[in-house]
Amino acid sequence: MSFLEFSHISKAYPGVQALSDVSFSVAKGAIHGLMGENGAGKSTMIRVLSGDQHADTGDIVIDGQVQKYASTRDAFHAGVIVIHQELQLVPELTVAENLRLGRFPANAGVIQARQMFSEVGEKLKSAGIDIDPRRKVKTLSIGERQMVEIAKAIMLDARVIALDEPTSSLSSRESEILFALIERLRAEGKVILYISHRLDEVFRLCDSLTVLRDGKLAAHHPSLENVTREQVVAEMVGREISNVWGWRARTVGDVRLKAEAIAGDKLMQPASFEARAGEILGFFGLIGAGRSELMRLVYGADLRSGGTISVDGQAIRAVDPRQAIRAGIVLCSEDRKHDGIIQGRSLEENINISSRRHNTRFGILNPRKEAEIAETYIKKLKVRTPSRKQDILNLSGGNQQKVILGRWLSEQGVRVLIVDEPTRGIDVGAKSEIYEILYQLAEQGMAIIVVSSELPEVMGICDRILVMCGGRISAHIDRNDFSERAILAAALPDKKTPDAIAS
Amino acid sequence: MTNSFKKILLGDQGLVVIFVLAFALVSVFVPNFLTERNMLGLLQSVVTVGIVACTMMFCLAARDFDLSVGSIVAFAGMVAVMASNATGSIMVGILAALLCGGAVGLINGVVIAKFRINALITTLATMQIVRGLALIASDGRAVGINDPNFYQLALSKLFGIPSPIWVLAILFVVFGFVLNRTVFGKNTLAIGGNPEASRLAGVNVDWTRIWIFTLQGMVCAIAGILLASRITSGQPNAAIGLELSVISACVLGGVSLAGGRAAIAGVIVGVMIMGIAENVMNLLNIPAFYQYIVRGVILLLAVLLDNLRSSALGRR
Ligand SMILES: Nc1ncnc2c1ncn2[C@@H]1O[C@H](COP(=O)(O)OP(=O)(O)OP(=O)(O)O)[C@@H](O)[C@H]1O
Ligand SMILES: [Mg+2]
Repeated sequence: MSFLEFSHISKAYPGVQALSDVSFSVAKGAIHGLMGENGAGKSTMIRVLSGDQHADTGDIVIDGQVQKYASTRDAFHAGVIVIHQELQLVPELTVAENLRLGRFPANAGVIQARQMFSEVGEKLKSAGIDIDPRRKVKTLSIGERQMVEIAKAIMLDARVIALDEPTSSLSSRESEILFALIERLRAEGKVILYISHRLDEVFRLCDSLTVLRDGKLAAHHPSLENVTREQVVAEMVGREISNVWGWRARTVGDVRLKAEAIAGDKLMQPASFEARAGEILGFFGLIGAGRSELMRLVYGADLRSGGTISVDGQAIRAVDPRQAIRAGIVLCSEDRKHDGIIQGRSLEENINISSRRHNTRFGILNPRKEAEIAETYIKKLKVRTPSRKQDILNLSGGNQQKVILGRWLSEQGVRVLIVDEPTRGIDVGAKSEIYEILYQLAEQGMAIIVVSSELPEVMGICDRILVMCGGRISAHIDRNDFSERAILAAALPDKKTPDAIAS
Repeated sequence: MTNSFKKILLGDQGLVVIFVLAFALVSVFVPNFLTERNMLGLLQSVVTVGIVACTMMFCLAARDFDLSVGSIVAFAGMVAVMASNATGSIMVGILAALLCGGAVGLINGVVIAKFRINALITTLATMQIVRGLALIASDGRAVGINDPNFYQLALSKLFGIPSPIWVLAILFVVFGFVLNRTVFGKNTLAIGGNPEASRLAGVNVDWTRIWIFTLQGMVCAIAGILLASRITSGQPNAAIGLELSVISACVLGGVSLAGGRAAIAGVIVGVMIMGIAENVMNLLNIPAFYQYIVRGVILLLAVLLDNLRSSALGRR
């Protein structure tokens, strides 16, 4: 009894066959997982579903009816709601306004603001989302924005809801709220398409699963009962991955980065920490705990109101990123859309933007060298692209992330590498390769700081973890003492039982 | 329209193809168009717009805007004439003009980059201030050139081609190189693509923007000097509305107003298309009033084409 059916869908972009002849169907009241490597065609699939892109061939059938929509509006009227990988909210509007955009409660053209706020507030509360509807979206963290997007789907009466990597920027607590919401939608008989790179989530949540590979259907599991994770990974990447983390012991050297009493607007109290050569230091915390803020202060991306930073014992000024980079500190930020990719420019330019200063003469570029570097990192990070000249906007989300990592890996003379959510949106296979690169860099003596909201990730790859909570550093845990309980206890502001989340 | 034809039109070189087609058509059907005299006249007529477009391209590519160019051209022309009249040295006049143009640009740049005032507002203000200065300096009248050698700047020829055309050609080459092959050019494009990401990637955003405006001022001064020489006087009312022609030419040439996209070949074609349209209308004796309409329509069509091209590429 399939409710939603994809039938022989193909879609090509210039130079890329994003989907070729993909067919599968999903039953009513089911959560259906969609997995695959970066660039496998998952987002393209739901872009076709949402009417945002037209399939070259093939049909979408909902409830027995072949859908022929010309725009996202038609899809919307057919009951399809898609939450895209890159969020689409209006930053200058409030949460409530965003949720009611296009359907404001109005009286003779005047918006009934009080009514709108109270209605939206109630709906949010009943959905378990704790966000003030009067706040402007631009003041929300990425995680909170994600929750608002999801609330949008809940408030419109959708039949089919597709979520593209919804948890990639959520912390475990927020993910739990999301899962509860999704399960409730399933109970109401909706069809849910769920894209994620996280096997744990997919196995926990989904009833059925489709795996895409290079734009083709690699596997379809109508039920997950006798399916193992290893099997799915193998279907995705075409080989077995025994241990994603692959952590190994390293010798740790002298202090490379020493940050003392770093103060800024968003930190509750000044923070101090140090990172040693050869060490991988993790920063864990809930969203809004102040980890990214602290890193941005160290990097000079935001204005520090106090504190000193030294690299290899030498005090540095680092009041803007340029100086930090020259002193050997680089930061790969968490928000790749806003702070990472240079829209409209090629992969090659995106990779070389910082490191090119080592290859220029009197400000004149060395195109051959830049091409070489671009090719090196495209290969090393397995970026899926028809050419290095491709506009970065045309890459899949995970591949964009790889390009931004490539930008910093290609920088020379880095002593402290700070990566904020480095594997956001990156598939399992590529993840383990990126970890391997981090280990190698650490072995060469770099100090590496990994900020992550994924507890298994920080526990899997770090030598030491600093936990932040409510704008201050709340715990310091060595690898020997790693335990989910201890880390979560330090991360939670209200010191309630961490079991609810750890489970 | 057949598919392959559509592909060519919407491809990266679409505008060049249209230009070549239009040029061929016009050469065949408009009498006296493809003569040496008309060609040189055509090129002469686009010198001012073309020179200023070189740096306007940078400005737009970095998501900025400069409305003050027309005023700077007039002001710099005045300065060149007055300074050389006063000192008796053309060289001093030229240097003074370059300095003044650069100074206005520097002020634009500093206000925009450091004080974070919107470029549109800032240059709208300097556009009026500078025009006012030109009027005050000359008491609102044209200032004649004393030294006849000054005329030679525009009249002299090399290999039969007037020097202003050579200057234009050199600037096209230089700025084309700067845009594609230097850190400055790439940083400009990156800033236009995403200013915050550029800053976090270590690009000196403020410095780059200030330089763009300063260069723009100096290049306007070059255009102003050549213009003064051609019209044999410093005219405080010269080049009114120039900013619109220049921006039109850039947009026609595929420079994105949203920043991050620009190419010198496009700008050259944009400048030439505008020039040819005007030239042909003059040859056909179409009254000046209609020329405004034609120019507007051409601009709209070009932007429409650009839009079609973007959606054909699947960009959103
Ligand atoms: N607008 C576009 N123009 C050109 N190619 C595109 C465009 N959009 C997507 N592609 C290409 O289509 C392929 C599939 O992309 P898609 O976004 O569906 O991948 P994905 O499975 O969602 O990957 P990820 O896990 O990284 O999000 C990729 O190779 C991508 O480069
Ligand atoms: Mg995707």
